[in-house]
Amino acid sequence: MNNEIKNREDRGRVEVSAEECKGCGLCIEACPPHVLELSERLNGHGYHPAAYLGSGCTGCGICFYTCPEPGALTVFTLQAT
Amino acid sequence: MYVKTYQRAKSFFGEFERKPGDHLTTHYCPGCGHGNLHKYIAEAIDDLGLQDRTIFVNPVGCSVFAYYYMDVGNIQVPHGRAPAAATAIKRAHPDSLVISYQGDGDLAAIGGNEILHAANRGENITVFFINNAIYGMTGGQMAPTTLLGQKTITSPFGRATEREGFPLRVSELLATLEGPTYIERVGLFDNKSRMKARKAVRKALRNQVEGRGFSLVEILSPCPTGWGLTPTESCEWMQEKMVKQFPLGVIKDESASREGWNRYRQVVPAEKLPEILDLTKESTEQFTPTDVPGCYRNPSIKIAGFGGQGLLFLGKLLAEAGMRHAYNVSWIPSYGPEMRGGTANCQVNISTEPIGSPLVSRPSVLIALNRPSLDKFEPEVASGGLIIYDSSLIDRAPERGDVEVIALPATKLADEAGSARAANMVALGAYLGRTNLLDQTGVFKILEKMTKSEDQMAINRRAFDAGARFAMF
Repeated sequence: MNNEIKNREDRGRVEVSAEECKGCGLCIEACPPHVLELSERLNGHGYHPAAYLGSGCTGCGICFYTCPEPGALTVFTLQAT
Repeated sequence: MYVKTYQRAKSFFGEFERKPGDHLTTHYCPGCGHGNLHKYIAEAIDDLGLQDRTIFVNPVGCSVFAYYYMDVGNIQVPHGRAPAAATAIKRAHPDSLVISYQGDGDLAAIGGNEILHAANRGENITVFFINNAIYGMTGGQMAPTTLLGQKTITSPFGRATEREGFPLRVSELLATLEGPTYIERVGLFDNKSRMKARKAVRKALRNQVEGRGFSLVEILSPCPTGWGLTPTESCEWMQEKMVKQFPLGVIKDESASREGWNRYRQVVPAEKLPEILDLTKESTEQFTPTDVPGCYRNPSIKIAGFGGQGLLFLGKLLAEAGMRHAYNVSWIPSYGPEMRGGTANCQVNISTEPIGSPLVSRPSVLIALNRPSLDKFEPEVASGGLIIYDSSLIDRAPERGDVEVIALPATKLADEAGSARAANMVALGAYLGRTNLLDQTGVFKILEKMTKSEDQMAINRRAFDAGARFAMF
């Protein structure tokens, strides 16, 4: 892989509020670059919450519109400074 | 630099008070489509900048608690009645954004009538119709939208046409009407369908803001709990089964040609109302209040007898006259379907104080013109009250010892005055003669307006005078 592309900053970032996630798994199916997974750990309600793999997010927002919870997912996008 | 691009909408409350110990999540099950639709609506309200002008009509069903989440104006309505309530709200507040949010049990079953007529009237409201083919909140019973073969707890063998009929396609049904502007069916089962749903939500709301009329978006929505499937299996089931019965797409769209669709906004200048309502002949002359002995002030009056004896007329006359003497008044009738011959009564309050309820359950005055009325209402009369009864028709005297009684031969005196049907006027004369509640000249002026002929008025006067003479101390 071209080193230049590999090191380029991701276009987006996703933040999961673990206590707001019900572990339905829909975002994991929906994510185009497949950068979400269900966490091994349990949250306070006994669900395995979604978790971001840490890289590869494109900031497309599809997971946000797939998630039924109002605030479980927040998607950030990279803006030119 | 990373910036928040997709985040919790401002039209949601910062904290949800629904669940103790958890003020962040909704009460919906994992994978339920209600949350998605809430998000699309809240985001659209944010983007329209109309949070302070939105009124969300909460239905019965799982989404009954939407008011815990949507930080907008909220009202919760009886099962299926959201379109009727939304109609009233929109008409009373034309500048508000009114959202009727309903499930398939609510909209398609019990509320079938309401949605049909709201759509047919082309009300300028937005309806979101969550269709998950089942009654979710009550535990998974069959709905009008349940698919053929689908097992629910009330269709345990699977829905069969021979037993349960066919799934109802509400959107197609409503699209046959001329009233609706925009009807689209969308789904919540994959990325593409969710984005289309989001777009349809925005269009349906914008249509209302732009005054384009009735918009309805039907949203096929997963109910993993009710269906007994995982959230991902639910999406597959929708794609494979549900979409076949409920095809997606725009079913009707006349948005472009429906500008200014506010047909009901008819502004009538207040000064024209009397003419329109044919009230110009009514007099508003005021009369000076009389000197009423303390025990007769502020009466609650019950007038009872056969239909046709003029009881309701007598009550109206008293109320009208009371009003013209600057009293607060109320009048309500209670009668059967018969115009003549049935039993009837009316209840009148005349008071210097504001009247809280027009009902008279403890009358201070009972005017009884037949025996059943005396039998029925004598026990209700307040202690120290007044009973006037028609002694020419009623063969017993009141038994109460703690009330004032006038045994008035009303029908006989009326007959002598020219017509037995003027017994109500005899009773009026007796009542006012005894109590001096109202100015007699004023009452006659009002009575003249309400009486058809001079001859009749002459009889009324004689009957009134006979009653007054009889009852005066």
